[in-house]
Amino acid sequence: MKWRKLIQVALKSIARNKMRTLLTMLGIIIGVGSVITMVALGEGSSRDIEGQVASLGTNLLMIRSGSAHVGGARGGAGTLESLSMTDVAQLRDASTLLQGVSPEVRVSSQVIAGGNNWNTSITGVSPEYFMIRNYQVETGDSFGEREIRTRAKVALLGKTVAKELFPGVDPIGAAIRIRNVPFKVIGVLVSKGPSAFGTDQDDLILAPSTTVLYRLSDGKTVRSIVASAVSPESMESAKKEIGAILRDAHRISADEIDDFHINDQTEINQMATRVTGTLTLLLSAIAAVSLLVGGIGIMNIMLVSVTERTREIGIRLAIGARPLDILAQFLVEAAILSLLGGVIGIVGGLGTAWGLGALIGISIVVNPTVIIVAVLFTGAVGIFFGFYPARKAANLNPIDALRYE
Amino acid sequence: MSAATLVVRDVTKVFDLGAVQVHALRGVTLQITQGEFVAIMGTSGSGKSTLMNILGCLDLPSDGDYLLEGVAVAELGRNALASIRNEKIGFVFQGFNLLARTTALENVELPMLYDRRHRILDPAAAAEAALVRVGLGDRLDHVPNQLSGGQQQRVAIARALVTQPAIILADEPTGNLDSHTTLEVLSVFQQLNREGMTIVIVTHESEVARYCSRIIELRDGRVQRDAVVPSPRLATADLAAIQQEAVL
Repeated sequence: MKWRKLIQVALKSIARNKMRTLLTMLGIIIGVGSVITMVALGEGSSRDIEGQVASLGTNLLMIRSGSAHVGGARGGAGTLESLSMTDVAQLRDASTLLQGVSPEVRVSSQVIAGGNNWNTSITGVSPEYFMIRNYQVETGDSFGEREIRTRAKVALLGKTVAKELFPGVDPIGAAIRIRNVPFKVIGVLVSKGPSAFGTDQDDLILAPSTTVLYRLSDGKTVRSIVASAVSPESMESAKKEIGAILRDAHRISADEIDDFHINDQTEINQMATRVTGTLTLLLSAIAAVSLLVGGIGIMNIMLVSVTERTREIGIRLAIGARPLDILAQFLVEAAILSLLGGVIGIVGGLGTAWGLGALIGISIVVNPTVIIVAVLFTGAVGIFFGFYPARKAANLNPIDALRYE
Repeated sequence: MSAATLVVRDVTKVFDLGAVQVHALRGVTLQITQGEFVAIMGTSGSGKSTLMNILGCLDLPSDGDYLLEGVAVAELGRNALASIRNEKIGFVFQGFNLLARTTALENVELPMLYDRRHRILDPAAAAEAALVRVGLGDRLDHVPNQLSGGQQQRVAIARALVTQPAIILADEPTGNLDSHTTLEVLSVFQQLNREGMTIVIVTHESEVARYCSRIIELRDGRVQRDAVVPSPRLATADLAAIQQEAVL
């Protein structure tokens, strides 16, 4: 029996009981639909998280001063003011696994621009900082080595600061005062939005490190240094390298405690991976259960169909159908039933994901692999659960089947 | 060539119902030649249905030989039996057994769906030709419940003959029909028989058997009588007579 004919016969029989077909497919529709919805939303949100992690910086390594310990009492992180501009220079010269090093000299201060003022943090950084922490200049210009050397009084504003100090006005070229030092605004940064932890990443001013250190700060305290490893894979070894360089610079022997800490994003990444892993496991469980239930629904209705059509099977057998023909006919019907449910589920799931994503502000990701797998899987479910009823039909005795009332 | 289309030799059939064994056939021997129109008669329990199933390759004999066009059927497997049914036998049933909600044309095309050797190149054309032969050329697209009982049975006959079988086996083909449509169906059979088709009708009505050329009567699983009908009645003539009466 030709495939085209088989599919025709199956479609006809499916179309004959539209309501029943729909109810039968409902299990598969809901199962596939919910999986597709959650995969689309899950991948979308994990991409959002990845984006946020990436917005923190490229292969970011953060070096902070360690804790002071006087006698038995230990201070908190950063209580020891162990980092200096020398360390920055050391790291830049000696490291082989870093593609950029920048100090973060941070002061918090009231900033005045004409009639407006705003309290924000001013961070003194080197030109590499923009690359390390993924800051981009939206309008205006960044600064370079010359501004570092000359301790130029130039500043780049984050979106929030620009909005607060210069509402509705282009701030480029304008003057602002920080701790009574006049700065010229040379650029505005591209907005990064809130970080993964909810802090506003646009509420800041960036200025040359030397300017902030010597004109606004005490001229020596470098709270933290940020560096960018050459690749995600080299982060661990870059961390070790930084440790070695700084221990050498600070003359710390092997049995002494480091006077600095190095942090990276692996913990954040690990957390994200853990969340995604849990989500995937949950999804797989839902998918398995709902496809099982849907499959049983299909098996049930196929058994009903075989009983209802016993006479038809008898006729087909009498006029020369082989058992295999009957088996194929019912298998194709079950597979089509299941596939149809799968396709409706996919379309419905994507629609739901799109609607929900828009509602709660998560971007959705349509993964073609997931869709292909869903289609193949539902087809397989149909064949698996359709096999028993189909075999029952194929093994009918034609004489009994013909006499069946 | 002996021209024996169908040879049955010492066929027995025993149904094992656990506690009891039912001997449905106790040694049946008969031959049916190409072009015959045979009625197999008998009361219920005589074994005629069992014989019919064996002749139709729906069932196998417990013992004995059955040769259909020289092929020993008893030795065949399920798939080979299906092919034999498809190619050599045309079934007509008492309850018509057409597929519901399926047009006459599609019903007649059905056997060719299972024709693995693709002997018939254009199933649609063959099906149409078969329907024209039974006088339903204008009912091709009608579904069974739009057709009368006689018409439905004629669709079933068209389905039986479309594969050009060696024999048409009809199991109580007029059992569900009134006398008028019975004559209608019988006239179709007689027409086909005149064209050379071998036809075997299983019936318990002697009225019907009178239109056949030979009567085989079964009783208790044995052939009790096997006789040629000297002058079979002509269905068309009787049909015309009835119509005449109705007019008068």
